[in-house]
Amino acid sequence: MIQVRNLVKTYKDVKALKGVNVHVKKGEIFAYLGPNGAGKTTTIRILTGLTRATAGTCLINGFDIATQTGDAKKQYGLVPQAINLDQELTVQENLLIHGWLYHMASSDIAGRVNELLDYVELSPKKKSLVKTLSGGMKRRLMIARALLHSPGVLFLDEPTVGLDAAIRRKIWTLIKKIQQQGTTIFLTTHYIEEAEFLADRVAFIDQGSMVALDTPANLMAARGAWAIDRLVADVMETLYFKTREEADTFNTNRSEQFTLRRVNLEDAFLDLTGKKVK
Amino acid sequence: MIQGIIAIYVREMLILKRRLSRQIPSWSISPFLYLTAFSYAVGRGVSIDGHSYLEFLIPGLIAMGSMTQAFAIASEINIARFYWHIFEEFQAAPISKFAYVAGEVLAGMTRALLAIGVIMVLGFLFGVRLHYGFAFFMALLLNSFVFASLAVGLAMVVKSHADQAMLTNFIITPMAFLGGTFFPVDRLPQWAGAILNLLPLTHASKAIRAACLGEPVNLFSYVLLFIIGSLFFGLAVWCVERAKD
Repeated sequence: MIQVRNLVKTYKDVKALKGVNVHVKKGEIFAYLGPNGAGKTTTIRILTGLTRATAGTCLINGFDIATQTGDAKKQYGLVPQAINLDQELTVQENLLIHGWLYHMASSDIAGRVNELLDYVELSPKKKSLVKTLSGGMKRRLMIARALLHSPGVLFLDEPTVGLDAAIRRKIWTLIKKIQQQGTTIFLTTHYIEEAEFLADRVAFIDQGSMVALDTPANLMAARGAWAIDRLVADVMETLYFKTREEADTFNTNRSEQFTLRRVNLEDAFLDLTGKKVK
Repeated sequence: MIQGIIAIYVREMLILKRRLSRQIPSWSISPFLYLTAFSYAVGRGVSIDGHSYLEFLIPGLIAMGSMTQAFAIASEINIARFYWHIFEEFQAAPISKFAYVAGEVLAGMTRALLAIGVIMVLGFLFGVRLHYGFAFFMALLLNSFVFASLAVGLAMVVKSHADQAMLTNFIITPMAFLGGTFFPVDRLPQWAGAILNLLPLTHASKAIRAACLGEPVNLFSYVLLFIIGSLFFGLAVWCVERAKD
C-alpha cells in the first residue's frame, strides 16, 4: 500500500532523512516512532506531496507521489499535526470544501458528511462554527475530513498531541474502528503507549535513519518481559528480565529503591538508540 | 480543475460572508474620510480639466480601493498559511496550482468589487454622478486582477505576517498615492510622469477616470493591465509550486 525506497531529504547542510525504506501492508496500522526532530513529520510531508524528497521514491497504492502526484493524492487522507481547520466556517462547510477539493460530487458529499459525522460522533455539531469545538472534537473532525473522499490510506501525524488521556483513548478507539473498515494507517507519534496500543508494526526512527522495524511484541520481547528501574549513584539504570521470578530474585536482599514494571516500547527504543522517545 | 477553483473561491466567500457586517464599515471609513476632507476642506473651488475635484477624486479612490482590497487577499492567505495552517490542506489536495491561484485571485477580485460598491454608494451620497458602464467595470476588473495576482504570488514568498505588512508599505502605499489617485500624473514634470506611467495603478486610474467621466478610454491601458495581470498570475502559480519547500 505504501512503499518508500531510499528516501533522503536534505535541508541545506542538515540531512533530515538518510535513506529510509518502508513497506506498509494493506490494512495495517504502521507506527513511525521517534523523538522530536527524528524525521517523522518530514517523512509524512514527503509521502503526502507537501515537501519534495532529495532522493528516493514513495509509492502510495502504486502511484508515485513525485511523478503521479494527482492520482497519488487521491489515495490518501491526511491528518496533520497542527489543527488546520477553517475556524470561521461550520463543521459542515469545512467538510464540503474538502469534498470539492477532492473532486467529489456535491450530491455525494452531503450523504458522506452525515455518515462520517455520525461515525466520529459529531452530528449534533454539524452547523456549529469550528472555533466553538473542543480540541478533541477538532481532532475527530480532522479525521472525518481526511476520510471524506474514502481514501485507502490514512496518514495521522501525531493525532493525539496535546489531548488529555480520556480524549486520547477515544481517538484510539476511532483509529482502530477505521482500520477495521480496511483502511491502511500510517501513524507518527512520540507517545509510546499510543504505538503499543494501536500498531501492528512499529518503525523506530532516530536522526533520520530507521533503527528497527518489527511488531511491538517482538521489539519488546527482545529486551525481556520485566524491567527494574533503579537509581545507582544518582544515575537511573534499567535492567531487563525474561520472567517476573528472575526480577524478584535479583531484588532479594537489595536495599536501594526500585520500580518493577513490564517492558515497553520505550525500553526497546532506549536500548537501540540510547535515548528516550519523548 | 473547475471544482478546485470553486472550492478555494467559495471558502474565501464563506469567510467574507461571516465578516461582512464588520467589513462594510471598515471599507467605508477611508473613502468617507477622503471624500469629507477633500470635498469640504480642499476640493471646493478646485477644478481639474473642467471637472470638480470630487468628480476627479472618486474614480481615483475607486482605482486605489480596488487595488488595496484585491491585494488584501494576501493577508487572508497568510492567515490561512501561518496561523491556521490551512494552506497545507490545499497543498495536500489533488488540485492544480493554477486552480488554487485562480480561486484566490477571483476571491480577491470579488472583495475589490464589493469594496468599490461601497465607494460608489458614498460618491452618490456626496452628490457626485458618474458613468458606471462597461468600460468602467472592465478597467475595475483588470485592476483587481493585477493586484490580486500580485498578492497571491507575494503571499507565497513572505515568511511571516510582518513581511507581508512590509511589502504593503513598500509596494501598495506608495502606489496608492502616486498612481494618479489624488492628482493628474501628466501635470508632474515629464521625468516624474514617465516613472509613474510605469505603475499599473496609473493606467488603472486613467482608464477608470475616463470611463467614469464619459470620456474616450485608451485601449492601451486595458491591454497593458491584462498583460501585467497575466504575468503576475503566472508568477503566482510558480510561487505556489515553490512554496512546497
